[in-house]
Amino acid sequence: MSIKLGVPSKGRLMEKTFEWFAQHGITLSRTGSEREYAGAVTGIEGIDLVLLSAGEIPRELAAGRIHLGVTGTDLVREKLVQWEQKVEEVRTLGFGYADLIVAVPQAWVDVDTLDDLDAAAAAFRAEHGFRLRIATKYHRLTRDYLRFGGVADYQLVDSQGATEGTVKNLTAEAIADITSSGETLRANHLKILSEAPVLRSQATLFRSRAAARDAETQRIMSALYDALGLDVRNRVAEA
Amino acid sequence: MNVAQQRAEAGRLRAAFEAAGGQPVECSILQPAGVFLDLYGEDIRARAYVTQDPGRGEQMLRPDFTLPVVQMHMRNGADTARYTYSGEVFRRQEDHPERASEYLQVGYEVFDGSDPAAADAEVFALFSEVLRPYGLRAATGDMGILLAAVQGLETSERRRAALLRHIWRPKRFRALIDRFSGRAAVPPTRSALLASADPMAEAGPMIGLRSQDEIAARIEALRADAAEPPLSEAQVALIDAILAVRETCVFALEHLRDIAVDLPTIGAAVEQFAQRCEAMYQRGVDVANLDFEAAYGRTSMEYYDGFVFGFYPEARPDLPAVATGGRYDALTRQLGSGASIPAVGGVIRPDILVALETEQ
Repeated sequence: MSIKLGVPSKGRLMEKTFEWFAQHGITLSRTGSEREYAGAVTGIEGIDLVLLSAGEIPRELAAGRIHLGVTGTDLVREKLVQWEQKVEEVRTLGFGYADLIVAVPQAWVDVDTLDDLDAAAAAFRAEHGFRLRIATKYHRLTRDYLRFGGVADYQLVDSQGATEGTVKNLTAEAIADITSSGETLRANHLKILSEAPVLRSQATLFRSRAAARDAETQRIMSALYDALGLDVRNRVAEA
Repeated sequence: MNVAQQRAEAGRLRAAFEAAGGQPVECSILQPAGVFLDLYGEDIRARAYVTQDPGRGEQMLRPDFTLPVVQMHMRNGADTARYTYSGEVFRRQEDHPERASEYLQVGYEVFDGSDPAAADAEVFALFSEVLRPYGLRAATGDMGILLAAVQGLETSERRRAALLRHIWRPKRFRALIDRFSGRAAVPPTRSALLASADPMAEAGPMIGLRSQDEIAARIEALRADAAEPPLSEAQVALIDAILAVRETCVFALEHLRDIAVDLPTIGAAVEQFAQRCEAMYQRGVDVANLDFEAAYGRTSMEYYDGFVFGFYPEARPDLPAVATGGRYDALTRQLGSGASIPAVGGVIRPDILVALETEQ
């Protein structure tokens, strides 16, 4: 039995992941045509590369269909209920940094903290007759964060893309979204609240707690951990 | 699963509630989500199942009966009535997957404004009686006392309204008290905003629905608040004293009457508590040994605004409350479009009772 390693199938996240493994003597590559999602691993035996959308990797890890996967912490925490019981954070990879933040229009000079946001939401509801709308695709993380911060009288509206534009388009009053440099926010006349972000995310190697294991996968896993310079717990003695 | 046992238990409870005068009512499982969202806010989405219907909009699997029963009652003229119901409720359990997400609730609700203390006592005594064989611990409280205390604080109307809005969020309530009393430092950005002659100078273009007038109104409110004297330490101490009351009803009453000397606005609420104790005593409740906690009911029971109670299996801290209930006068006003009627009620979970029985 081999080990399945899930890696983002395109973009910078894929390239950076390939680079990171290459630094540890393991070459990941795409095979076949430019459009075909097939991959190969050299430098170590017994590992199958599975190219997936970063957003699907948490689900595949939780289901145990892949043993290891590289994706953002944000996606694991948003998509997996009780994520710690389903996956283990093996190693943060030092790229793909992004913060999940709450942002409001730059023009809201009176709103800088969650306290302010709550007060503005109360007044907004009284004035407009509905709860202040916050656009996001990170519903669970944002809701937990706002509840912990004591914000009431808001509602989340789903936005799967171009979230920064929702305020100008009058479909939301504020947003909760991932940002790395803040440039898109500024270009859309939004500012980040002066609070700790909802979550600081980076690309991370996760191990599934559900994937099938036997002596062979344990041996491959140990060899991979050694190559990556990680501690091996419960090392299986060589037969 | 012992579904048959749970249904039998539910039937027994409902028969007891019918015998007490409850008229049986039914509610749809599928409820329009809007009214729940309005009442509980976004948090309800984490606790209830929401689904989308192309024609009817967002629907919710009923997370409780109280709301639909109140709606039905207010639609039908809001007269004096007693109801009982029995059926499944549905709750998402993201943080506690070991807990049931579908379970039975059997309830009893009293809509009767003639003598609120007597109605409180009626419901509590009925629940005590029905649950007597299980040896549960009863907890009671009264949100009306804390609400009256905040309404009586010597501070601005705006500050009182802010505290009332967060009375069910203890952490946020505390943060507001700290800010209003000057214990917490003003954030530097706030000071800068208040000191600025033209706060909108750096604002950039106006985008979104929240208008410049609304921003100006809040800055005005913040300036007015900054000019106000802090909430006095003595007033804060009174709130803390109320929140710390936790003893048997008889001693709690004595204690609260002492506090009322310095905070006369809670007087009426404390006397309401006294009348309830008397009415409960008349109905055979052992008031001398009944626990009272002034802070009880602040965390999970957002619509209760008076008497609150719960019954807990003391030997099984892993199990949730067997029964909870309380008074919700304000809710009938909110859902009554103009009309209102004092109301009190509660629910029992037969599944927990069966779990306790099976163990014995």
